[in-house]
Amino acid sequence: MSNQSSVERSTAPASPLLSVKQLRVDLPVAKGTLHAVRGIDFHVERGEMLCLVGESGCGKSMTSLALMGLLPRKAQINADCLNFDGVDLLTVSEHERSNLRGARMAMIFQEPMTALNPAYTLGNQLCEALRRHQLVSRKAAHDRALYLLKRVGISAAEERMRQYPHQLSGGLRQRVMIAMALMCEPDLIIADEPTTALDVTIQAQILHLLRDLQQEFGTAVIFITHDLGVVARIADRVAVMYAGEVIETASAQALFHAPSHPYTQGLLRCIPTPSKTLPGSRLQAIPGVVPSLVDKVEGCAFCNRCDHADERCYSTPPLQTVADRHLSRCHFAHQLANPATINAQEVTL
Amino acid sequence: MWAFVFKRTLIALSVALTISVLCFSLLQLSGDLALSIGGPEATAEQVEQIRTDYGLDRPVIQQFTSWLWGAVQLDFGRSYYYQSDVMDLVVERLPVTMTLGVMSLAIALFVSIPLGVVAALKRGSWIDRMAMAIAVTGQAMPNFWFGLTLIILFAVKLQWFPAAGSDSWQGFVLPAIALGYYATPAMMRLTRSGMLEVLEADYIRTARAKGLRTGTVIFKHALRNAVIPVVALAAVELGFMLGGSVVIETVFSLRGLGQLAWNAISRNDYPVVQAIVLIIALFYIVLTLLADILNAVLDPRLRAR
Ligand SMILES: Nc1ncnc2c1ncn2[C@@H]1O[C@H](COP(=O)(O)OP(=O)(O)O)[C@@H](O)[C@H]1O
Ligand code: SF4
Ligand SMILES: [Mg+2]
Repeated sequence: MSNQSSVERSTAPASPLLSVKQLRVDLPVAKGTLHAVRGIDFHVERGEMLCLVGESGCGKSMTSLALMGLLPRKAQINADCLNFDGVDLLTVSEHERSNLRGARMAMIFQEPMTALNPAYTLGNQLCEALRRHQLVSRKAAHDRALYLLKRVGISAAEERMRQYPHQLSGGLRQRVMIAMALMCEPDLIIADEPTTALDVTIQAQILHLLRDLQQEFGTAVIFITHDLGVVARIADRVAVMYAGEVIETASAQALFHAPSHPYTQGLLRCIPTPSKTLPGSRLQAIPGVVPSLVDKVEGCAFCNRCDHADERCYSTPPLQTVADRHLSRCHFAHQLANPATINAQEVTL
Repeated sequence: MWAFVFKRTLIALSVALTISVLCFSLLQLSGDLALSIGGPEATAEQVEQIRTDYGLDRPVIQQFTSWLWGAVQLDFGRSYYYQSDVMDLVVERLPVTMTLGVMSLAIALFVSIPLGVVAALKRGSWIDRMAMAIAVTGQAMPNFWFGLTLIILFAVKLQWFPAAGSDSWQGFVLPAIALGYYATPAMMRLTRSGMLEVLEADYIRTARAKGLRTGTVIFKHALRNAVIPVVALAAVELGFMLGGSVVIETVFSLRGLGQLAWNAISRNDYPVVQAIVLIIALFYIVLTLLADILNAVLDPRLRAR
């Protein structure tokens, strides 16, 4: 995986599969406007696993729904750039958008118990996406569904095809959702906390499965989670979100070994050995509360919880490059990236 | 599935038995039958004579079992007024009432489901408010009054349909509208609220995430789940309509079960009243059973229970 991306980097940079610049999502609420996503930047390369990680409420789901074009009707979206493989998602017609959905970008949701229609068989729900997007026979669609059910580890697949969602456990349903997302061989799968609702052993299985299939099919995945243990297991690259912003992005390696934002560092301090972290460890050990996203957030959003904060932090920090493809939204990003300097800083301060 | 049908049928049968007991005892409770059959001028001897003739001097339990035994064989005795077999009277009138009921239900379904779907999709629009207005008016208007209005407008003024009679299908149009309109509001509102709820469901978002066409999302994924409660309501409404046919058949002079019931009640023709009450109750039970089965067909989760 990493070999492949370093080759791509050394030649002329191929355009990424998805690039997002200054994406904002606003929701009207009783008290004013809730800025759920406040100008985030990230990109996804072909075939890579990008983890979007952050506390509950930081705007991960809103980001994914904005990418899919499935935001609630009252939500307002704008961005400087929202480009999916050459298609401008901001100006694309609803018809073209629905041609992309399910075919080239698919989504797996958090709640497997309610994400499938109780009135139709699994076979029916698996096949319909393929038959909507491609001119294939009923038989061909059936065969593909059967193949994918087997690939996601469902035994007695032929029989399962005729069953209804209520006859399956949560773990099995999430496997079906994965198979469903793969039906049209999409370029991008957005998985919004696909393992959060499952118990720990099932979580690990589903995680493995997703990682295996992603590598086998070469599908890019945006994996959304609030669980750093999960990130450590599967991510190629990571984007850490806080209060509607991406505050640090880096390769998984760099993020765990040289975190360059106080928030990321705080998160990692709560986990003694990142590589051995069990799935299920939650991001909640940093004292303090997230600022309200209604109205404008002044200065650095992390300011009230940050050990390093000083008067500079009343102004909004820019995204700073601390290393190749490693960005951090902190005034002290460079010092933080190098622990030696920060010690010196603390002495001089 | 078959276990489900069997279970529901057993329940339906026990309900039917309970109804027949109630049906029989209601008339027992309504006073001394021999007295009311004889009328105010009857002498004590005449009343005694009636009592023995009609078997009313037997113990209640014996009267019940012999009546029930007859009813099971579709023998409800003889009408006091028409002096003919009750079952013959019923069989003669039944097709009229059934036609009226089915037509009314069809009209109600054809109006209420599309209107409910559109009202839910265009919530707050003029069409939603109009549908709501129709619902409120429909629930407030007595159906005999609405029936008379239809007669004045479409039979007397415009002369599109006959005002009375059940000789041709045209005769059924106005009464079916009058009766169907009565059932429309509840079904429309249930469709609307069902659609609103279902459209918020996670599986609708999944369907949209698959890129399915709007029509597929609405009709295949949403409506299918939203109409499940409407089916149950439709069965109840058809039952109500059979009851409502007493009034409407009288207004439109249709020779149906409702009119027969009305005549029988006003003439103290107890065997006929008993038979009709029991038959309508049985229809109601059968309809509920059918609705249960249809629900299970629509909602696979119910089959397991
Ligand atoms: N339908 C909605 N209406 C108004 N606010 C919402 C809605 N859904 C989510 N939010 C708010 O938007 C913010 C981001 O939510 P979300 O993207 O779901 O967070 P996450 O997925 O990271 O937990 C939260 O503050 C949440 O309260
Ligand atoms: S900008 Fe200031 S407050 Fe914000 S993370 Fe950096 S040091 Fe902390
Ligand atoms: Mg979420």
